[in-house]
This record gives sequence, structure tokens and C-alpha cells, in this order.
Amino acid sequence: MTNGRHPAPRPGFVLDVDRNTPPILFHHGPGFRLEKLPAGRSRVIYPAEPLDGLPDPEAAIRHALLNPLGDSAPLPALLRPGMKLTIAFDDISLPLPPMRRPDIRQRVIEAVLDLAADAGVDDVHLIAALAIHRRMTEGELRHAVGDRVYEAFAPKGLLYNLDAEDPDGMVILGETPHGEDVHFCRRAAESDLVVYVNINLVSMDGGHKSTATGLAGYTGLRHHHNVHTLRNSKSLMDRENSALHASNWRMGSVIRDAGVKIFQIETTVNNDTFGREGPLALLQKREWEWTGRERAQFLAMRTGLDVLPSNTRRKIFDTWQAPYQMTSVQAGEVEAVHEVTTDNVYAQQLVPVEGQTDVLTMGLPYICPYNVNSIMNPILVMCLGLGYFFNLYRGRPLVREGGVLVMSHPTPWEFHPVHHPSYIDFFEQVLADTTDPVEIERRYEKQFAEDEWYIHLYRTSYAYHGVHPFYMWYWGSHALEHLGRVIIVGGDPAAVRRLGFQPASTLSDALEMASDVVGPQPTITHMKNPPLLMADVT
Amino acid sequence: MKALRFRRNLPRYAAARLAGSLTPGRGATVGPLELVDLDLPAEPGPGWVRVRPRLSGICGSDLATVDGRSARYFEPLVSFPFVPGHEVVGDLDDDQRVVLEPVLACASRNITPACTACADGRLGNCEHTTFGDLSPGIQTGSCHDTGGGWATAFHAHPSQLHVVPDGLSDEAAVMVEPTACGVHAALAARVPDDGVVVVLGAGTLGLVTIAALRAHTAPRTIVATARYPDQRRLADELGADLVVAPDEVRRAVRRAAGTRAIGGNGQGSEGEVDRLTGGADTVIDCVGSSSSLTDALAVAQPGGRIVLVGMPAVVELELTPLWHRELELVGSYTYGTETLPDGSTARTFDLAFDLVTRAALDRLVTATYPLARYREALQHAASAGSRGAVKVAFDLRDERERNAR
Repeated sequence: MTNGRHPAPRPGFVLDVDRNTPPILFHHGPGFRLEKLPAGRSRVIYPAEPLDGLPDPEAAIRHALLNPLGDSAPLPALLRPGMKLTIAFDDISLPLPPMRRPDIRQRVIEAVLDLAADAGVDDVHLIAALAIHRRMTEGELRHAVGDRVYEAFAPKGLLYNLDAEDPDGMVILGETPHGEDVHFCRRAAESDLVVYVNINLVSMDGGHKSTATGLAGYTGLRHHHNVHTLRNSKSLMDRENSALHASNWRMGSVIRDAGVKIFQIETTVNNDTFGREGPLALLQKREWEWTGRERAQFLAMRTGLDVLPSNTRRKIFDTWQAPYQMTSVQAGEVEAVHEVTTDNVYAQQLVPVEGQTDVLTMGLPYICPYNVNSIMNPILVMCLGLGYFFNLYRGRPLVREGGVLVMSHPTPWEFHPVHHPSYIDFFEQVLADTTDPVEIERRYEKQFAEDEWYIHLYRTSYAYHGVHPFYMWYWGSHALEHLGRVIIVGGDPAAVRRLGFQPASTLSDALEMASDVVGPQPTITHMKNPPLLMADVT
Repeated sequence: MKALRFRRNLPRYAAARLAGSLTPGRGATVGPLELVDLDLPAEPGPGWVRVRPRLSGICGSDLATVDGRSARYFEPLVSFPFVPGHEVVGDLDDDQRVVLEPVLACASRNITPACTACADGRLGNCEHTTFGDLSPGIQTGSCHDTGGGWATAFHAHPSQLHVVPDGLSDEAAVMVEPTACGVHAALAARVPDDGVVVVLGAGTLGLVTIAALRAHTAPRTIVATARYPDQRRLADELGADLVVAPDEVRRAVRRAAGTRAIGGNGQGSEGEVDRLTGGADTVIDCVGSSSSLTDALAVAQPGGRIVLVGMPAVVELELTPLWHRELELVGSYTYGTETLPDGSTARTFDLAFDLVTRAALDRLVTATYPLARYREALQHAASAGSRGAVKVAFDLRDERERNAR
């Protein structure tokens, strides 16, 4: 659907680098690098330009609620006086960066609440489905659901963060045929209807994972957030080939069989991460199309950023809110909804790529799902590169088995003590001992997961759960097994080595180091991400 | 004989203090320490014997002296000039190899009756180190009359000597004295079975203390701090369960003890670890700095015990936690007679001989120098950790003066 405001967006494509190709922009945390890739053996995968958003999001949402997909009645038919209604919604990890107001969650939740009010429903709880993520602050909740919803519900204790360590607030709904405990939010389990509000930024999001993961705690998560499952998720962005999703789907069946009625609402956004205009617009332009003025702006911006302290740079970037527009909304039965959602994510992000590469390069940006308003610590660098970006493929990994991944990021030895207390200990103790995910899981996971202080901080402060850094490491375990070497350009050498990777000062050095593994004159593919793309590798 | 002699010379002492503050060990180049030829002093008394050192170690207290960092506390407890060196394996005139137990207590001072401490076998607590037939000096190596180990000969009282068993190398034997300090510290710590004990520092004292804890106590977890990779490896090999960098110790002890923590600034500092709410049963501080003692006070559980093994000199310390958490802070100096967890008693040196053999502590002797290269030796010892060394010693086995009959 298009509203005609913009020229037809161009799809993503693969550029073969030749001598005339300008230097390519690499994200580098809260900064950038311009890198000249070797001609004749390098290629760059560009994301598609932003699709146009829905012209009338409110109307589209209402249409979706009244015209559900799959075996589901329209939402008004599911609402009645005296019922218990729980609206669960995605937490601060989505979308990235946070979007400008009004957030999609606000639009959807307001529409759901209007229908609930029309039906006389007055027992409504709103829950940020954060599983073992950190709690959202008041400001973050207000941003997600809007001030009107916040003020109507939060002061009465009806809008809150999930507490997956509350022994009275969680239940076991049953067990899958694979012996997996289905751990679930008691309020949701005891509701007559659970409405789940998603923002599906990538194809991994949504489906049964929304509730089976988002409304669960460690007791349930450990069955799929583990090394075995994630090594067999190829990729975790491709549900059909993801053991992680298979487990969540099994859990979804148990949830359904336990009598929990879920009305799933999924939405997709376009690729307008940095804006078509404004100070960051050129980040989603192709380099050869930069005007002279934009080049000057870029150099001035980079020079300015380079002289700022890292925390100042971080704060500047943290203020950025993406002008994302909603490209689709669908509601109804979980699986039927998710099929359509996934197609809509792919429509924006999928880029066909022929063949694998010896060396995959990527510039990691300043943000990932777990450092919104926070610090991108080294473990999150690993997770963003090896967990998220590496897995943004369908078919085969972009880089061949035994190949080299080169990432660009400052990788500071720096942590947010409030948000990531167990990360500090994971980095200091666990990674100092071993980087092998299997060993880490076997020897340390339980101790961290059950650490009473971490649990206390998760429940009462704004800390990720004690086990969360383990999951970050497992997230990259498929990549760790697949790759012959990981090199980080421009990172803190000590932090990079602690991760088990190799530091390089420049991309040229990194490519030289890579040749030790993949031989001279390797093929190189740069994944120019974000805006987000997913490689469809044949 | 050839000897390294330390004279009372205030200008040179000040120069050593300045040089040592710039580069540890540099006090040897400008300070009151000098290599000299001199006659072996007369025997301090009847029965004393001549010892010709084979290996003579350099310890932290020696380095403090050389770099002008010694506490003024010691001024009345030494007699100038003196020859340092108290970690000694040497030969008697009949070629019997011996290890020196350097404390100059009542027996060596010919004081009878012995003081209460000596009578109890607590030689390190001797009340008479400035009295009797000898000039002041708490140990050989700080007493003018006896000489010291950094020479080709010195005098020892028979009560100070332990015969080295056949088969024990000189390198192992020279480790007996520092190991005795570690054994004494480990037993003074009174580590409860299944408790958590922390050893701050992984220089010689820290490492031998870890080995002694593993040999003589039964903690659930030994947490150790180590600044350098080789220290980390050795601490691990000798029995530490968890070895971390010094600035990581508070978080590490929190994990090991399974306790909560408090941030430094109260509100908004959740997740930071300024101090623990519970903590370790025992902390053994083998560094003795303001920083290490502050760490010790932060990680010891209420009612816990802190044992100070590293020589502290002057430190600046916030003692509120000692008061508020009702902590015990006790010193551990040298050795004597130990009461073991099973109630039996033994000489610390006997336990140390055994531990040196069982734990192969000869591996800690990582560099030796002839006396003539004492400046290099002392600078090496002062930067031992960063240079991958632990115990640096003088090797006198080939010194011409020593072997002349």
C-alpha cells in the first residue's frame, strides 16, 4: 500500500565493489567509519529503502481488530462485562531506536481499550511483557503506551512491568511433549482474554514467542534459551528453521490447551530508521548518492563526535527517535497473524544474495535491544554482531563455515551498573575463565540465574536478570561454532580479547589478519545494516 | 666477607625514598645500601655458629627498607649498620645445610627466664627484641651484631637453625621462611570449615598463604586477587578457587558468599558494589595497603576476621565498617608454634618444610642474582609481578669469599 508521498522505494540490492566505488559508511557505535573495500572481490548488501507507511494507522488498526485472521472472532465479540482482560505489550527492546510518538503500542492499546470500554470491560491490566529484561521506567512506559493510558492505569497499579520472579505472580501451565515447563504470568493465565501487542521489528519477533517468552521467567526460558537450541536455530530469524521458535510454538500449544485465550496483534514498521531528512538521513542513503553538502555534513558530524567524550556521544544518540511508520497491522489467532506479519517484515527487509563469502564485515551501531538508554557493553557487542546481525539470514549464513567475521565497534570496557550488574560479573569472572558457551552454561548459568542479589535487583531496580548475559552469549553460539575467527576493528583491545576475539586497529589490518584463516585475496561481503536488512542467501 | 650493608644515613635515606617512589627498587642505587668488603663481626655469644648463605631471598619488608618506605615504628627495633637478609638457606662450617628461622627472641638473646610469648612458643611476639646480649633487632637481617643473609657469612644462634633434609633443593629450602609466614597466617585466620576466605595479593606471601590454606583448612571457596597473569596462574595452581583482579574482588566475593551488595551513593547506585551486606568469613590481606585494607573491610562479613599479613607502614583507612560490622582486625607476623585445627601443635617451620615439598613451592623462586648485581636484583624484586617473577633471591653459591676456607 502506498500513500504516494515518496518515490517508489527501491529494493535492497548487492553492489559489487569496483575501483570507482566510494568509501562505505560503517556504523561504529556512537560514531562512524568510512572504509574503502578491496575492488574486485568485495560486495556490499544494501537494505531496501523505507516502504511507505499506512496512510491511516488508526483505521488500519481498527480494521484489523474487527477483521481478525485465522480462527478468531473479532475483538468486540471477545469482550464482555465482568471479564478479566490483560493487555500485554512489547517492552523497551522494541523498536530500535525507540520510535517517535505516538508509539505503535499506544495506537493499538488505545484502540483495544476503546473497544473494551464499549463492551463494559472494567477489569483490565496492562503488562509490559519483559520476561527477564529490565523493568521499564515511568518515562519509558509513558512513551510506549501514551500519557493518557499511563495515567488512567498506572496510578491504580493496573499498568506494570512483569515480575517473572514473583513466586505468587507466576504459574506453571504445563509441560510440552519435550518436557519443557511452560512458565507463565498468573494474571494472564487467569484472564478471560489476553491481547498481545507486538512491534515486529525483525522476523524473530512475535508469534507464540510473544507470550511464551515475553510472559515467562527463567523457569520457562531455560528450555529454549540454551546453547543446544540456539546452535540449532539456523537462523533464529527464520522461524521455519529455528529450534528456538519450535520450542516456543510447542509452549504456545500448551498455553492454548490450558485455556488461555490469546488475541494477537502484530505490527510491522518500515526502514525509516534515521529519517529521510535531518542530521542522520544520509545513514540510509547510498554513498555515491551523497551530495557534496551531505559529505561535508558527514565529515563535520564525524569530526565533532570524535572529540566528544564517549558518554556525551552516547547521550546524543540516545535522544534519537526513529520516524518509523507502520506498514501493516494484523490481528487474531497467533499463527495465522504471524504468517502475514513475517511476510510483511520480509517485504521490507529481505535482500536476495547469491553465495556465501569468506569474510563478512559489519559496522555495529550504538544500540541493540538491551542498551536502550544505557551502555553497549562488550557482551552486548558480541550479541549484536554474532547473535543478531549474523543471524539476519535465510537459507545459509552470509559467511561460509570457517570464515571470518569482522565487526567495527569501539567495544569499551564499560558497563551500566544499574542495568547490567550481572554482566559485569559475567565479564570479569566467566569470560576470564572460558568463552565456550557449553562450558559457560554447564558451570555458571545456574549460579547466576539463582543469585539472590541479581533477583532482588531485577525485581526492585532496573536490572536485567542475572542470567541475561548468558543468553546474550548463547545468542551468538551458532555464529561462534560456525566462524573461524572474529575480529573487532577499533575496539578496546583488552575487552575484545576478553571476548575471545582479535582486535584490529584498521579494516586493512583486520583483512590481513583474516587472510591467516581464509587465505589470501578472500571474498568480502559488507552487510550495511542498519537500516535493517535480512539476507536471503542462495 | 662480601656484604650488602645498610647504614643510617638520612640524606641517602631521603634519596632512596624519592627514587623508590618513582621506580620501585631504585632506592638501591642512591640509598644507604652499599656493597662492601668487611670482616665478619665477632660471635655475639657462646654457641653461635657461622652460616655461609647459599640462597638468600628478597622480601617485601627488605624492599621497603631499601626504598625508604619502612615505618618509623621499626627505628628502635633495629641496630645500624646492618646487613639485610632473613630468608636464608646456607651451610655451616661442617657443610651441614640449614634454613634460618630469623626471629631474634629470648633464646638467642640469652635471656632467662624467657618472656611469656617465647615460653608459649610464640617467638614472633617476643617481648625482648631490644634486650639481652644482642643489639636491637627483631630478626637476623636487622641486627648489627648478627649480620644478615645478603652476605657471604653471618652468625646464627643454634636455636634459629633447621637442618635441611637431603633431597630438598636450595630453591625449596629458601622458600621455607616465607612459607612459614603463610602457614602462620592461614592458621591465624581461623577459617571455618565450608567458609569463604579471601586472600588479597598474589605475591610470595599471598601464594604461600593460599597453599597453606589449602593444606591446613577446609574452606568452601578461596578467592584470591592477582594483578598479573603469572600470579593468577600460580594462585590457581596452588589452590584458589577463584582468582580475580584487585578491582574485581568485591563483586567476586559477593558471588562467592552469595550475599547482597550496597552501592556507594545509595539511591541510583543499585548494581554497584561498594560493600557487601554479608561477605567472607575471613580476609587475609597480604598487601597491607590502604586500598587492600579498604577492600578487606568491604568484603568481610559482619563479625568476620581480617588478618593483616602484608607489612602496612602508614595507611589511611575508613574504620567505620570495622566498628559497625564488628570486625576483627588482627596481625600476623612470622611464626613460632601453631595449634592445628585438630588441636595438635607443631613448629611452624616444620609445617613449612612439609608444605614447601608437598606444594612444590621451589617453583616460586624465579630469578637469582649474584651480590654484585644487587641493584638489578632489587629492581627485579620490586617489579616481580609485572615481570613474571615471584621470589627473587641472591645466589651466593659461587661467591669467592664464601667458598674461601
